[in-house]
Amino acid sequence: MTGLKSLMQPHRLVLMALFAAFVLWCALSMRWDWLPKYAPLALEGLWTTLWILAVTTVLGFLLAVPLGLAQAIGPWYLSAPARIFCTVIRGTPLLLQIWLLYYGLGSLFPQFPWIRSSELWPYLRQAWPYAVLALTLSYAGYEGEVMRGAFSGVAKGQLESAKSFGMPRFTMFRRIWLPQAIRNVLPTLGGETILQLKATPLVATITVVEIYAVSSRVRADTFIVYEPLLLLALVYMVIAALIGLAFKRFENMGPTLRR
Amino acid sequence: MELILETLGLTETAALLSLSSPGWGANLLRGLANSLQIALGAFGMGLVIGLFGAYGKLYGGPILRDLLAIYTTVIRAVPELVLILILYYVGTDLINKLAQFMGYGRVEISGVVAGIWVLGIVQGAYATEILRGAIQAVPPGQIEAARAYGMPALLTLRRVTIPALMAFATPGLANLWLIATKDTALLAVVGFNELTLETKQAASSTRSYFTFFLAAGGLYLMVTLCSGVVFARIEKWARRGQPSLRQGGL
Repeated sequence: MTGLKSLMQPHRLVLMALFAAFVLWCALSMRWDWLPKYAPLALEGLWTTLWILAVTTVLGFLLAVPLGLAQAIGPWYLSAPARIFCTVIRGTPLLLQIWLLYYGLGSLFPQFPWIRSSELWPYLRQAWPYAVLALTLSYAGYEGEVMRGAFSGVAKGQLESAKSFGMPRFTMFRRIWLPQAIRNVLPTLGGETILQLKATPLVATITVVEIYAVSSRVRADTFIVYEPLLLLALVYMVIAALIGLAFKRFENMGPTLRR
Repeated sequence: MELILETLGLTETAALLSLSSPGWGANLLRGLANSLQIALGAFGMGLVIGLFGAYGKLYGGPILRDLLAIYTTVIRAVPELVLILILYYVGTDLINKLAQFMGYGRVEISGVVAGIWVLGIVQGAYATEILRGAIQAVPPGQIEAARAYGMPALLTLRRVTIPALMAFATPGLANLWLIATKDTALLAVVGFNELTLETKQAASSTRSYFTFFLAAGGLYLMVTLCSGVVFARIEKWARRGQPSLRQGGL
């Protein structure tokens, strides 16, 4: 109820009216006649964006857990490579990483006949495996750093009490350490997932047809500049809002400290 | 020197990366200079926007606060690549309209200025949030004391608020600077000759992709690591006189 009440302040009503007028002006005076023709392609692109986002965040997170663990408690021969990996990933632009993998590996693989004759070759000739690989590594690099902090942030007494109950080490990790570490960094993970969403349009530069590539194509075909871009921005805002809502729900699922 | 290169099998790489004409080293360095120039400009513009934005969000009227909330939310939810395109087209359109209105012909906008304008607006949104949090972390008693002495608002900002918020803002701003250096790579997509695009051109004309992309990665990494050292010193300087949390000073 309070949310509705805070929306009903006079200046907000004026702002909303202005915004509605802007939307109406966009709808009426801008050109949207290209929309029905490109709608199927746009839906396909949206689906590509979403599955790339989902696959890379899940795989990246699975990779980030050992990376974080190695940095938090690992011996030096595990923690040093993990730290170097995270530094390199976080220190270079994602666009450069994507191009390195796509153009670099893409020009290297055809030189080996056994790769060309292998069953993986039809996939390796396409762009999306490189996109998924680059985005996964990037997410793992950023999240490895987050998980390092999360693992070392879990209260020591929790782990000690688990140990004193005679819990095996893996069970302790699975039941005590990992869940608490994840819960502590859920807000950060939500933010990082939105950052990952904002990284997905970069794969359009290596010919993966996702929603950004579709909008570029509309611009190139019809010479309409603003309309596809505005719609694209709106689509990304909606997806970002949905991710934010989903993580809010995750956060509310666990027990919270009352302050 | 040449013997070492020979034994490592890197003669070809060294020739490709050499600074003189057949090598592409000079192009890469020129790209790096462009990237750094844009990153510095955008970071500076972002700081100015961020300071005004943070003050507006904290002390501004309800309309200003709502507008700033929309600005930061929208900028942080839309991919930088899309924002760069939108802001680039809007900026060039506006300037050309203005130039026509004032009676000049079409104006060519230099890539550096366009890059700074576009990335500066994006950085401003993040800087607003960072500085807002930092201003809130300054103990209010310090600002009140300055007011009680009758210090003018600008002097308070310069002598009390900014030095006190530096300690809280530096980690966030360091992160933002790193984002700025890496976001310059996105300008490659709109065809601006910064490091990433120079690298791609060099790589695709010599067909040795790994050499050039790894070299560019090394350059970016060098910038990142050097900035890390600089920002660590700034933070140490900003935190001087504060009790260290590590030794259980609380």
